[in-house]
Amino acid sequence: MDFLRPASWEEALAAKAEHPTAVPIAGGTDVMVEINFDHRRPEHLLDLNRIGELSEWQTGPDTVRLGASVPYSAIMENLRTELPGLALASHTVASPQIRNRGGVGGNLGTASPAGDAHPALLAAGAEVEAESVRGTRMIPIDAFYTGVKRNALAPDELIRAVHIKKADGPQQFSKVGTRNAMVIAVCAFGLALHPGTRTVRTGIGSAAPTPVRAEAAEEFLNAALDEGGFWENGKIITPSVAKQFAQLASGACSPIDDVRGTAAYRRHAVGVMARRTLGWTWEQYRDTGRTLEGAA
Amino acid sequence: MRVNFTVNGRKQEVDDVWEGESLLYVLRERMGFPGSKNACEQGECGSCTVRLDGVPVCSCLVAAGQAEGRQVVTVEGLADYARHREDAHPGTGCATGACGTPLGTARSRQAGDGQGTEELSPIQQAFIDAGAVQCGFCTPGLLVAADELLETQPSPSDQDIREALSGNLCRCTGYEKILDAVRLAAARQEEAVR
Ligand SMILES: Cc1cc2nc3c(=O)[nH]c(=O)nc-3n(C[C@H](O)[C@H](O)[C@H](O)COP(=O)(O)OP(=O)(O)OC[C@H]3O[C@@H](n4cnc5c(N)ncnc54)[C@H](O)[C@@H]3O)c2cc1C
Ligand code: FES
Ligand code: FES
Repeated sequence: MDFLRPASWEEALAAKAEHPTAVPIAGGTDVMVEINFDHRRPEHLLDLNRIGELSEWQTGPDTVRLGASVPYSAIMENLRTELPGLALASHTVASPQIRNRGGVGGNLGTASPAGDAHPALLAAGAEVEAESVRGTRMIPIDAFYTGVKRNALAPDELIRAVHIKKADGPQQFSKVGTRNAMVIAVCAFGLALHPGTRTVRTGIGSAAPTPVRAEAAEEFLNAALDEGGFWENGKIITPSVAKQFAQLASGACSPIDDVRGTAAYRRHAVGVMARRTLGWTWEQYRDTGRTLEGAA
Repeated sequence: MRVNFTVNGRKQEVDDVWEGESLLYVLRERMGFPGSKNACEQGECGSCTVRLDGVPVCSCLVAAGQAEGRQVVTVEGLADYARHREDAHPGTGCATGACGTPLGTARSRQAGDGQGTEELSPIQQAFIDAGAVQCGFCTPGLLVAADELLETQPSPSDQDIREALSGNLCRCTGYEKILDAVRLAAARQEEAVR
């Protein structure tokens, strides 16, 4: 095994081009488990820790450009306002020790359907900045997850950053597990209200081969909110609308039975989380969203 | 490969490190720092917790090569680390552990020097006084995590303590005495500041 330690981003891209099978290692919280248990014996490890810019973020007018290696603890501490959904999701990852090392780049690299960043990214709206010596491309988050633990990266590409839409309304993240800490999601749900565009976006974790949006549920809800003038009048969402939304969210799942839960339970729980996160965010929108928006 | 890094304030050079090896393995098996424990090798138990440039991490999930040029504090160096914090940064803390003052002025706490009788850090003393140690396997990781909590949050709430220690498993104590120990250390720390 070779341990490659590029000192700059350009060196990292060159190394990845030269050794496309090299395994990048950032926080190591996925990679080292696989190596410790001999599930993986890569020829090259490509250490990204020396590339300082990967741990930095920039806040623009509409998006946050989040460096691939920004640890979850930094997201929780510094980006709660701009990225509330992702900050909530970050807080549910593992433990302080893991959150001090692991980040969104690694979560995307692994692309596990149970990764907690994914529902938040799908709900907020995001693009992955992937780069190789051939150039840079922006991959929409909806097109990033291509299969169970598969993503849209080419062998010579690395993730440099993720561009995430800044919250323009309330966001929530909900996760089912056996305890608060150190839990891989049985299933998870992210929801973001986007009052600017009068839309609601969602993300489902651990209930399909890849993280997915509940698209039919979103479409139904967007139409119902529009028709009822809910965004303007700020009325409580009709229970039948919330119920239908929850059912459609359940329907967006294609879960499996495994040690963490049954498919039927996951479908049920996703519906419950969809209804609850909608209730929480809408309550918040009614309280603050409309006045804030009016003042802006 | 060769790895150079600082352990408990002392520069170290380690040879023949396998590229896939963890920092935990290097500390325990190549350098003779058996304080950090190896229980799960998958980040679940926290018994391998060390400070890496001041940040608590599971050393079983840090590749040895990633420690190159960095500062590591293990439970063996915790007393010196705490003393240094009090001397050089009273009331606050040296968050990075890399402020330039040699830790404990080169007092070696490397295992094998037989000098296990020196003063303990306040958190270590509190663990003993509160009866928070049974088999002791989880203790080193908990001490490193709890010490960092008290450095960053001198008066933690119970919720803060639970959160800070949520990555450390103990199979013996039922955690109550561990929470007691952290409360005790926090109270003593407040007393000292007053
Ligand atoms: C005890 C424990 C509990 C956990 N609990 C959770 C949990 O609750 N929720 C959750 O979502 N995850 C959890 N995880 C998984 C893991 O912590 C996350 O997936 C984390 O986001 C990985 O980030 P990392 O930087 O450590 O990735 P690494 O392990 O360094 O890398 C992960 C993958 O991404 C690739 N990669 C990393 N950076 C890049 C890049 N810049 N470009 C391209 N590829 C890259 C790597 O090659 C590798 O394939 C847990 C892990 C452990 C050990
Ligand atoms: S041995 Fe590292 S967390 Fe258990
Ligand atoms: S005292 Fe035995 S595991 Fe904690």
